[in-house]
Amino acid sequence: MTTQGDVLVSIQRIARRFGDVVALDDVSIDIRDNEFFALLGPSGCGKTTLLRVLAGFEEPDAGQVLLGDTDLLALPPHRRPVNLMFQSYALFPHMSVERNVAYGLEREGTAKAEVRTRVGEVLETVGLSELAKRRPSQLSGGQRQRVALARAIVKRPRLLLLDEPLSALDRKVRAEMQLELKRLQHDVGITFVVVTHDQEEAMSMADRIAVMHEGTVQQVDSPVDLYQRPSNLFVAQFIGTSNLFAGDAVTGGIRFAGRTLPGVVVGEPISGASRLLVRPEDTVLVEPRDALLSGRVIETQFFGGVSTVAITVAGHDVPVLLTRQGAPSAVRDAEVHLSWDPAKAVVLSA
Amino acid sequence: MTRIGWLRLPLTLTYVFLYVPVVVLVIMSFNASKSPFSWGGVSTHWYAVLAGDQNVLKGLGNTLVVAAGATVLSVALGTLIAVGLQRHSNSSFLDSFALAPAIVPDIVLGIGLLVFFSLISVTLGLHSVLLAHVVFGMAFVAAVVRARLSQTDPSLEEASRDLGAGQVATFFRITVPSIMPAIIAGALLVFTLSLDEFVIAFFTDGPSTPTLPIVIYSMVRFGVTPEINALASLLMLVSFTAVLAAQRLTRLTDSV
Amino acid sequence: MTSADLVPGRGASRRRARVERVVFLGPGIGYLIAFMAIPVLLILSLTIFKRGRFGGVVYQPTIENFIRAFDPIYLSVLGNSLVIASITTVLALALGYPTAYGIAKLAPKWRTIALIAVVLPFWTNFLIRTYAWIVLLNSEGPINKSLVGAGLIHQPLELLYTRGAVVAGLLYAYIPLMILPLYASIERLDPQLREAAANLGASPWRTFRDVTLPLTLPGAIIGSIFVFVPSMGNFIIPELLGGGKTVMVGNLIRDQFLKARDWPFGAVLALALIMFLVALFALQSWVTRRLNGGGRT
Repeated sequence: MTTQGDVLVSIQRIARRFGDVVALDDVSIDIRDNEFFALLGPSGCGKTTLLRVLAGFEEPDAGQVLLGDTDLLALPPHRRPVNLMFQSYALFPHMSVERNVAYGLEREGTAKAEVRTRVGEVLETVGLSELAKRRPSQLSGGQRQRVALARAIVKRPRLLLLDEPLSALDRKVRAEMQLELKRLQHDVGITFVVVTHDQEEAMSMADRIAVMHEGTVQQVDSPVDLYQRPSNLFVAQFIGTSNLFAGDAVTGGIRFAGRTLPGVVVGEPISGASRLLVRPEDTVLVEPRDALLSGRVIETQFFGGVSTVAITVAGHDVPVLLTRQGAPSAVRDAEVHLSWDPAKAVVLSA
Repeated sequence: MTRIGWLRLPLTLTYVFLYVPVVVLVIMSFNASKSPFSWGGVSTHWYAVLAGDQNVLKGLGNTLVVAAGATVLSVALGTLIAVGLQRHSNSSFLDSFALAPAIVPDIVLGIGLLVFFSLISVTLGLHSVLLAHVVFGMAFVAAVVRARLSQTDPSLEEASRDLGAGQVATFFRITVPSIMPAIIAGALLVFTLSLDEFVIAFFTDGPSTPTLPIVIYSMVRFGVTPEINALASLLMLVSFTAVLAAQRLTRLTDSV
Repeated sequence: MTSADLVPGRGASRRRARVERVVFLGPGIGYLIAFMAIPVLLILSLTIFKRGRFGGVVYQPTIENFIRAFDPIYLSVLGNSLVIASITTVLALALGYPTAYGIAKLAPKWRTIALIAVVLPFWTNFLIRTYAWIVLLNSEGPINKSLVGAGLIHQPLELLYTRGAVVAGLLYAYIPLMILPLYASIERLDPQLREAAANLGASPWRTFRDVTLPLTLPGAIIGSIFVFVPSMGNFIIPELLGGGKTVMVGNLIRDQFLKARDWPFGAVLALALIMFLVALFALQSWVTRRLNGGGRT
């Protein structure tokens, strides 16, 4: 694991609107040194705008950004110690791979010999040494992505921004590159901020994730905490699959169909209309006497490693989902009884 | 994102450069004075003189004959070739060949046709100008129609064939209606071009049937008269109207 | 069903496709061959024949037309044309590039209007556009009048019948043809490429020099061809605005065909024009291929 220390970037109360559309609404996030940080949210949530504010291509209406002690917003884009890997990669089509990678160093006035060494090193790191003389148009999608990455890290920025870095790649290459990005971040010791709409991508790579929605930050946490302890309904629904029961909050859970479904409250106490979140893998089949809920199986699916059972429960509109390792544990139309560990169920304000 | 800053200067300069001469001509055409330069009050006198000028009227008549004929032929040939290139060919050589008339310098085309017509012993006249104008007219129609065709779904035509319509029925009932705006726009453009075309007409016209631009040429060579200002204003009005109408029918600026 | 049974069907559909091609492409291509390709080839072939005594052509091969083109009189006309066409092209680039760049930066709805406004004058009668400059530049015209009126000069300037007037007329006639391809190439440029350069530390000027300019070069060359070649071949503007003092290649060609009736020599001059066109297009496609890395490594 990389060592993560102090706050490197402090984003403070950033606001940006385009006409009537609020792209960023009072956004504050601290990003730590050496961290792999993800900005996650559906399209239009403001994550790309925030990235462009950090890179200097968008000026916020209010707020400030500190990188260490420097006021980042006071610097024009070309003076910021921040590099961006563009979603389209934005490789210069008229320059070879090595000229693309060398471009940033040349702008810094780095000596020619050093430029050559560092370009060679970084191309080695991303495994493109043989393709140094090629033009971008002669590369595959995955190779282009590596060039873009090499071009961004060769300057050894303090902060590397990556805009949907894997979205242009096909499924198989994407999985490979997820691991590769993670390895690289570890090796070069640069703080990565990745923008993505793909929750699996964010979960598998990031140390911490900021979930954004409609220009606001919903929650900043580690992947595990986001999944297990979402702080609101949006995060609960956006991350992973969930069973959500509607009812009024009571001590130790919610009232649902005349009984209490147990769960815990994270943070502030909750009253009134609420939801109880139980993940499908935390839902288990039990004997009738231990049941919290009962229902009838309407569908089972087997995916090889895991299986899913969908169950209708009276008073609940959508089927309750249950996943377990191995083959399905129930058959269609069977009467089944459900329960869960109350400590793994979370009560959320509706 | 629309901060244009100092670019305002060249933009202004260009539009001033492009439109000052036009505006000056139009203002001068309403000048009552006999001299084309000193201002003698507002009058439509020169428009009346123009309306009675037999040379101009004859030239106009000749030009309209040429423009109308060239438009009809250009639309027919240009539409066919556009459909052929878009749907039935993928030869980049034919693509460039069909666009070549827009690139061959007009003086080369003019002298080439002059030599060609004299070799095959065709006497020069309105017919030879008309035939010459179809060369570039066809290219313009083809370009505009192809731009439109590339946006229409070829499966419409396939569906028509699938439903039992023959090739001819499919062409006239499906293809032509779907590209009609482009055909009309192309026709307007060719008509305007032919109406204003001078160089090729200069080489391919006979002496007894001058087109309007050739009449204008002899007037301009003779000197500056307020009558030309009036004629110029009218011609610009016609061209501007036709081009703006064509622009509304298709996105002209995208295809040029 | 065996594969042999399929063959007649396949043959029929292929035949039908060929018939369709001929029906659609035949008339237009045939027309262009007859009225464009043959006339242009005729001109090219005339270059190697002798002129007839009273016009016409004597079909005896000769190279004297080419030798004559190197006569100092004609070389100076060629040189003069090159200078004037080059000045016009450079001015068109200098004014057209920032204009196209500015148009590309306008809000979309203004962009369309600005482009139409650029093209509009181009669709009006060419003689009238030239005539407008006779009026403007005349010693009694509005420019001289306002300069005298403002007390900047006492005597009207000799603006008309100068090289400057010819350049102004050519620039006016052809600048839309510079702006359109430039605009197209600037507009097509991915804005993220400029952002990438800035992100890598390039100042705005450096970004322009390293990214914008090289990547819009093909458009600039196309625009230059569209200004340069017709400027060389134009014979009306030198006559009307240059007062016959400025003779260009276009005037020579016109005179050989209509006055001197020396078609072979006129054809050689036309060939020179075509060669400029071809050479510039070759340059353009070479630059474009180099920029994109082509298929070659």
